[in-house]
Amino acid sequence: MLKLINIELNLNGKRILYDINLEVRKGEIHSILGANGTGKSTLSSVIMGLSGYQPTAGRILLNEEDITNLPVYERARRGITLGWQEPARFEGLTVAHYLKISQKFSGDGVLTPRECLLKVGLPPELYLSRAVDGTLSGGERKRIELASVLAMKPKLAILDEPDSGIDSLSIDHIVDVIKTFSRTGSAVLLITHHEEVAAIADRASSLCDGTIVKTGEPQAVAKFFRNHCEECPHVNQPEEEVMKNV
Amino acid sequence: MFDYSKEFEAIAKAYEASGGNAQDLFDKKTASLVVSHHKILFQNSIPGVNIEGEEIQNGVRAKIVIEPGTVVKDPVHLCFGVIPAEGVQEITSEFEIGERSRVSFIAHCSFPNAIKLKHVMDSKIYVGRNAEMIYTETHYHGKDGGIEVLPVTKAVIDEGGMLRSEFKLIKGAVGRLDLDYEGTLEKSAVCEFDTKVYGKGDDKVLVKESLFLNGENSRGLAKSRIVATERRVSEVIGEAVGSAPNARGHVDCVEIIKGKESRVSAVPKLLVVDDRAKLTHEAAIGSVDKKQVETLMARGLDEDEAVDIVVKGLLR
Repeated sequence: MLKLINIELNLNGKRILYDINLEVRKGEIHSILGANGTGKSTLSSVIMGLSGYQPTAGRILLNEEDITNLPVYERARRGITLGWQEPARFEGLTVAHYLKISQKFSGDGVLTPRECLLKVGLPPELYLSRAVDGTLSGGERKRIELASVLAMKPKLAILDEPDSGIDSLSIDHIVDVIKTFSRTGSAVLLITHHEEVAAIADRASSLCDGTIVKTGEPQAVAKFFRNHCEECPHVNQPEEEVMKNV
Repeated sequence: MFDYSKEFEAIAKAYEASGGNAQDLFDKKTASLVVSHHKILFQNSIPGVNIEGEEIQNGVRAKIVIEPGTVVKDPVHLCFGVIPAEGVQEITSEFEIGERSRVSFIAHCSFPNAIKLKHVMDSKIYVGRNAEMIYTETHYHGKDGGIEVLPVTKAVIDEGGMLRSEFKLIKGAVGRLDLDYEGTLEKSAVCEFDTKVYGKGDDKVLVKESLFLNGENSRGLAKSRIVATERRVSEVIGEAVGSAPNARGHVDCVEIIKGKESRVSAVPKLLVVDDRAKLTHEAAIGSVDKKQVETLMARGLDEDEAVDIVVKGLLR
């Protein structure tokens, strides 16, 4: 469904991403594992088409349509959306309104804002009328972001570390929500540091120094990540030895 | 000569356009004061709430007294409007909120046809000990910017008292706004000023909110949210003076600029004269936050729709 072909991104003369080739299939959960600074969030920005993240080379295809040069909202209207790692806050915008915005271009069968909040473990009666502003804790805001993506019923949800800043007791809840996407036909590109979260994926890829070094079964990729990346001292400069073994 | 026989109808229509419910204005169970230009169309006192209005040359002088210990169930409605395109309206008001009382005011100021109009509001507020006053003023202007709005408020909040005041001018052209609000706080008093303005065309906006935290443990917030488009010029001055132990004040300004010919500025002015007081300020001025806009665009809104949602939220 989503294909990245030879994507490259240079920013201020520095190579940030290169030789990115990735396919996310319809309805699959595809994890992206990688240490800090390896380009995971940058990759999500490139796919979403955020300003400043236009690829220097390569193509992005969604259902065989070339969307490389489409603006953010056109990509969204075709079914791609992004759940931010650190979501924006909005003064005066209620949770109910925020969730309804997600549904403006959705088709049939979407969950109601109330149902979306229940899915992410937030009581609707306490949250629907609250503002999506600084009065929410980081964890609450993350859950509302997830609910907002859920409300859209996207074809592809890019979730940038939905598990970060969430208390450990609630991780299972978040995992359930991610599985919900897949069950309802949405593909998920899941960016995470947590192997146990990545393990729910159908496939996984490991990113190192701006390129994908391994794609395959999540367990195999997680093992690779554990053995080669977690202790890697060269976050933005992978050891040659590692690269040779890929 | 303006036909005052139609004044009720015109002012009620303008009141509804500004978001009010005209029936509330003339409800005998609710305290209210309705002024058109320099004429009092209606005034109603209820037990515990005394409203005395007096017509003067270019406007009205009003004294509003809430008796001590009164908890006013429904908001007191105030309506000030001018239907003709030209003129001057001067409202001089004095609010006396008796100790331990609680009251909220909903004020609407409607100038739907203004072309060459001046609206002067000169208010003195006294909030008694442990009393609470909430005052919300919403303006409704026509599309022509030929209006000057000059609201001046001097408030004293006595020990344990609370004043929360919101000024909103987001419908129609602003014209020229020169707002000057000042709160003087005694021991454990609380004061919040919140100003929201959406300016277009050649509007000029000057907002000055000042807090004098004279009492121990007093708390003050001077907040402003301004959006400037086209050739709009705005300046916000947030002032706080902390001169008592554990006094806390915060100045919070957000100004959004849209359009190459707009100009916005924010000037925080903080002075601490007691080493146990603390004042803070934050200001964000400039373009609409890119991340907010892109978050909404990632849900399918185009850029204009996304900016509109952000701006409306800010001014809500």
